[in-house]
Amino acid sequence: MVGKTIKKWWPVFVLPTLAAFLIGFLWPFIWGIYLSFCKFTTVKDVTFVGLSNYSKVFMDSSFSHSFWLTVAFAFISSLLINVLAFSIALALTKGYKGTNIFRTVFFMPNLIGGIVLGYIWQTLINGLLTIWGQPLLKLSARNGFIGMLILLMWQQIGYMMIIYVAGLNNVSPDLIEAAQIDGATSRQILFKIKIPMIMPSVTICTFLTLTNGFKMFDQNLSLTGGDPGKQSQLLALNIYDTFYARSGAQWKGIGQAKAVIFFILVVAIALIQLKATSSKEVQQ
Amino acid sequence: MTEKKSKSGIVATIILSIISLLWIYPIVMILFNSLKVESAITTAGVFQLPNSETWNGLKNFVASVTQMDFLKSFWYSLVISVMSVVLILLCCSMCAWYIVRVNGALSKAFYYLCVFSMVVPFQMVMFTLAKTADTLKLNTPYNICIIYLGFGAGLAVFMFTGFVKGIPLEIEEAALIDGCNPLQVYFKILIPILKPTIISTAILELMWVWNDYLLPTLVLDIKKYRTIPMAIQYFRGSFGHVQMGPMMASIMIDIIPIIIVYLVCQKYIIEGVVAGAVKG
Repeated sequence: MVGKTIKKWWPVFVLPTLAAFLIGFLWPFIWGIYLSFCKFTTVKDVTFVGLSNYSKVFMDSSFSHSFWLTVAFAFISSLLINVLAFSIALALTKGYKGTNIFRTVFFMPNLIGGIVLGYIWQTLINGLLTIWGQPLLKLSARNGFIGMLILLMWQQIGYMMIIYVAGLNNVSPDLIEAAQIDGATSRQILFKIKIPMIMPSVTICTFLTLTNGFKMFDQNLSLTGGDPGKQSQLLALNIYDTFYARSGAQWKGIGQAKAVIFFILVVAIALIQLKATSSKEVQQ
Repeated sequence: MTEKKSKSGIVATIILSIISLLWIYPIVMILFNSLKVESAITTAGVFQLPNSETWNGLKNFVASVTQMDFLKSFWYSLVISVMSVVLILLCCSMCAWYIVRVNGALSKAFYYLCVFSMVVPFQMVMFTLAKTADTLKLNTPYNICIIYLGFGAGLAVFMFTGFVKGIPLEIEEAALIDGCNPLQVYFKILIPILKPTIISTAILELMWVWNDYLLPTLVLDIKKYRTIPMAIQYFRGSFGHVQMGPMMASIMIDIIPIIIVYLVCQKYIIEGVVAGAVKG
């Protein structure tokens, strides 16, 4: 009955969101796919060139470098963030004194924007590198990579920790007590009860950290700017750079083709990951 | 047994305290440097506390507010964030209610498109989105919220539909029989029930819009309108020699309101994050 009554009210309830969604997402998305097969500098001089943008993408050595750098970055950062966030969450669910304060502190960096985060860590890391006599962030691709890892860990551990704490608090104490009576060690309780019971949290945290790692842009731009010589450029920044920093008629089309490949990569990884971890979830 | 437990508890508290101090150190370090004179903020000198020689008071803050026109940026950030979040909450909760109650093929298709849009990286649409916004003249701080509604709809519709599914139909039916029209049902019944989800969604969207850098950079005219992230990046990127003092101060001006809001609304923010994750 409710459905029938509100059905004809769609101009009020659905139209505003639908219209904005068309303008802000769907139309740019479809147009973007089309433009990846075209050569253009503005939207007025578009010529269809078929697959040539895609073949040029694979000849651009900066792209393949960014591609593998991003894959490595996303997987390493996801692993580190999840392991550390889970460890902190375990410690914070044991009922130690000051738990609430620790939770507040660990979560705080998450609220700061990527651009500002980059400049905070640039100041700190360059200071340390100077004292240790090492090349600065913008002069060493290795230091830049490690710097981005540290930055992203600082930003995201708190967020993932909150999700793990919520998951751990949902594990029934009866279950743990029953295991203790049966003589299970704390290690067994961790691996045989707690971790299987919080697999839904693991799924969502891995999903978030992986996609965030792949999509990282602001932090990359402000911390290293892709220096030295594009060597610390992740995919998102590489695409931006192709669009807006290179002169020459062909680059915008190539940038759009890179964006399509990037999009397919992120969706594929997200789907594979969701399938892999949700198959390990326990039915409760 | 209890003695052993309390002992390990003290050790854990001490270790966690040390980690917490290290955790907030980067922010404290920026705060100290924002209070020092320019010559004392060298690459290796950033670790020294301000002393009587290097103390600069609030001069850096004054400089950053005047040089970067920071109050204007603050206003633009505020306008964009508030308008976008209010619009997203209103439109997307209405839309989610419709999707759940009118469970047809079209509404299902729209729902899946929304979910899909959450995974798509922004770079995929950035060029075409900026052009579309330009053509439709959606390129000022006062109407960019329509773009944010379109790009933020995915998350909001997703969260609201998850919640509306759990609301029993009977209340709405009773209200319709009593003569309410759908708008009255929505405002008088749905909104009060949805309040916790509205707060959670508001926080997730607010964190995104306030800190967003690339979308406003591409859509707004950077010479006229700068949000706070844009102002900081512009300040850093456009001058040959960057004045470190005002730079540190501007970072602090960005962080301080965030920390205050966080400390006041902490409970809601953390609940919002958990709700967002559980719905996922």
